[in-house]
Amino acid sequence: METVIKQSGKTQVFKDKANKVMGISLEDGKLTKSYLSVAFLAILLGGILGLVQGLNRAGMLELPAWLNYYQVLTAHGLLLVVVLSAFFTIGYFYAGLSHTLGGLLPKVRKMAWIGFWMKIFGFVLAVIPILMNEASVMYTFYPPMAASPIFYIGLVFIVLGVWMCAFGAFINVASWRKRNPGKHVPILSFFATGVFVLLFFGSLPVAIEVFTIIPWAFGWVETINVMVARTLFWAFGHTLVNIWYLTAVSAWYVIVPKVIGGRRWNDLLTRIVVIALVIMNITGGFHHQIIDPGISEPVKYMHVFMSLAIGFPSLMTAYAMFAVFERTARRKGGKGLVGWYKKLPWGDVRFLAPFIAMAAFIPAGAGGIAQTTNQLNQVVHNTMWVVGHFHLTLGMSVVMTFFGLIYWLIPYVSKRVLTPQINKLGVIQTIIWTIGMIIMSGAMHWVGLLGSPRRTSYSTYFDNATALSWDPYLFFLAIGGTLLMIGVLMQVYAVFYLMFFAPKGNTEFPIAEVEEDEAPTPRWTERWGLWVVCMIVLVGMAYVIPLVDFMVNAPPGSPPFKTW
Amino acid sequence: MMHRSEKVWLILSFGMIIGFMLIAGYQAFAFEMGPPSYGERIDPQKVDETAPFDEPGIKKIGENEYEVVMTLQVFSFTPSEIEVPAGSTVHFTLTSKDVVHGFQVAETNLNAMVVPGYVQKITQKFDKSGEYLVLCNEYCGAGHQMMSTTITVK
Repeated sequence: METVIKQSGKTQVFKDKANKVMGISLEDGKLTKSYLSVAFLAILLGGILGLVQGLNRAGMLELPAWLNYYQVLTAHGLLLVVVLSAFFTIGYFYAGLSHTLGGLLPKVRKMAWIGFWMKIFGFVLAVIPILMNEASVMYTFYPPMAASPIFYIGLVFIVLGVWMCAFGAFINVASWRKRNPGKHVPILSFFATGVFVLLFFGSLPVAIEVFTIIPWAFGWVETINVMVARTLFWAFGHTLVNIWYLTAVSAWYVIVPKVIGGRRWNDLLTRIVVIALVIMNITGGFHHQIIDPGISEPVKYMHVFMSLAIGFPSLMTAYAMFAVFERTARRKGGKGLVGWYKKLPWGDVRFLAPFIAMAAFIPAGAGGIAQTTNQLNQVVHNTMWVVGHFHLTLGMSVVMTFFGLIYWLIPYVSKRVLTPQINKLGVIQTIIWTIGMIIMSGAMHWVGLLGSPRRTSYSTYFDNATALSWDPYLFFLAIGGTLLMIGVLMQVYAVFYLMFFAPKGNTEFPIAEVEEDEAPTPRWTERWGLWVVCMIVLVGMAYVIPLVDFMVNAPPGSPPFKTW
Repeated sequence: MMHRSEKVWLILSFGMIIGFMLIAGYQAFAFEMGPPSYGERIDPQKVDETAPFDEPGIKKIGENEYEVVMTLQVFSFTPSEIEVPAGSTVHFTLTSKDVVHGFQVAETNLNAMVVPGYVQKITQKFDKSGEYLVLCNEYCGAGHQMMSTTITVK
């Protein structure tokens, strides 16, 4: 393979065909296997830390001085919101790019490897100060809390590693477009393009933030502009979680219909959902600042619209998914108003896990719409409600979709097959995860409404009666957390069994076809330059006014504080 | 391309989002229920010397109306232990002397971010008597879970 330096058109066509018949090339498979291995080691470690917090919060476990609650929480957030999600997303989409674009270009594969090691290096740099209790600043690291500068340098490498992979994806897609003039980018690569566009533009603000923090953390600059840093963070922070959501959505539109033996939803509408989510996403982060000082009510009100607008493509998705299920089930002979559901493959974990993940997004999305709405946000801001919300969205809708994907994705990249035993294990794991998450997230939502704060280790607030009345609910965090830990162990076992020990064989990369009578998708959907311009215009509308105000009318800045 | 049922669904979805917007906007601007957004700047390193925070405390400013000037710092609220009669309206004026804190009073809708460099304001009418738990809901350091006080309504 290494001897083929110049790829002529002919060898590329041959490779495209070989890819379809023989499955993924060994090198591309190895790349995805490495990314997925890191992702699931992160969930193992992050899961253990999560259980530790749940037990502490229930008042059942006192943590030792050398590993306090806030260290555990910082590491848990970083491992699951950044490492698990980034490595899974990149591993999955790079396998998708390889499969749908006829293999990764050697240059792109190299970029993905450089990105891999940059992220690992950055993560190790960030974790060392966390373990030394020099960076207990949470995943949000709001100034003027100042961690060790090493922590921020680690974050820079993680971001650069992600950019490496984003640019790799752009190069691969651009090269395919050049070789296939007039054709639409295959749908999964279209999703990948959207995800990597968002990853790049969404992480720009945090990169700027971190570059202003580093000299301040070193002591070269005395003070920092707290609100500018905070605003830049949230332009990134919420985009990030929506990127993981968009990754899950790609599987719902493209993969799941094939798994159930159906055809996918209208290609044009699917692409519109991707474009809408890319254009509107970054501005949504502002709802994290609804009860911040220094931002006027009209600006906040405008931002409510920007946040709520993201709900619209999700509501389009909700319709599309159930329409695909019903159509497929009826073609298989399903009858009745809802009786058709019997024709869906409930015993197949590749369907069951993403299905429950989607269903979970109904209450999760509704809760999101409620809590982003101005004064309703004030009721739940920084309470356990919010923790319940993102465990339902990320922990259920996103992560359980990821779980459902590995039962074919890992066999595909490892040239192995899914066994009935592992499928059964997966079904049981899905049920345990669902019950655990309902118990934990449900209790979090409820106790949050009662007022229990997030990011706070176990406290009775000096035996305050109100705080004591929260204890029975917090107990459910320990029960749910224990079930989730069992789920993590089963999942990690399934991942590594499928990667190294399952029987050898060929597994298909399931990509659904469109309906036969569907009208061709118009060309304008491919105009990524235009979508990026629209996104930048919207970001400008959202952020220029508050950011300029924070900079021009800035109060004296803040010196660094280490309060832990 | 689109089925009738999908059009209905999307119109309902759009209507719901617009409905949220209109109701939230009407409440915010007609009933003054908008989120706390006060914007006055202050030197975060000179809070103790800057009025009104040079004299934190509670002051009666009218019939059943009080003003509480409060500083937040790791890991306490000043003044602590506030007492008002039932039926009082209390206006809180808040700022932070160090890192970002949260001001939350359980069983009320009092919830505001308190950021160094900024003065924050929020108002609440306390109708029911009892002891209300005030707590910091933004992680602020090793003693964050201890940062609390009470408001007693008699």
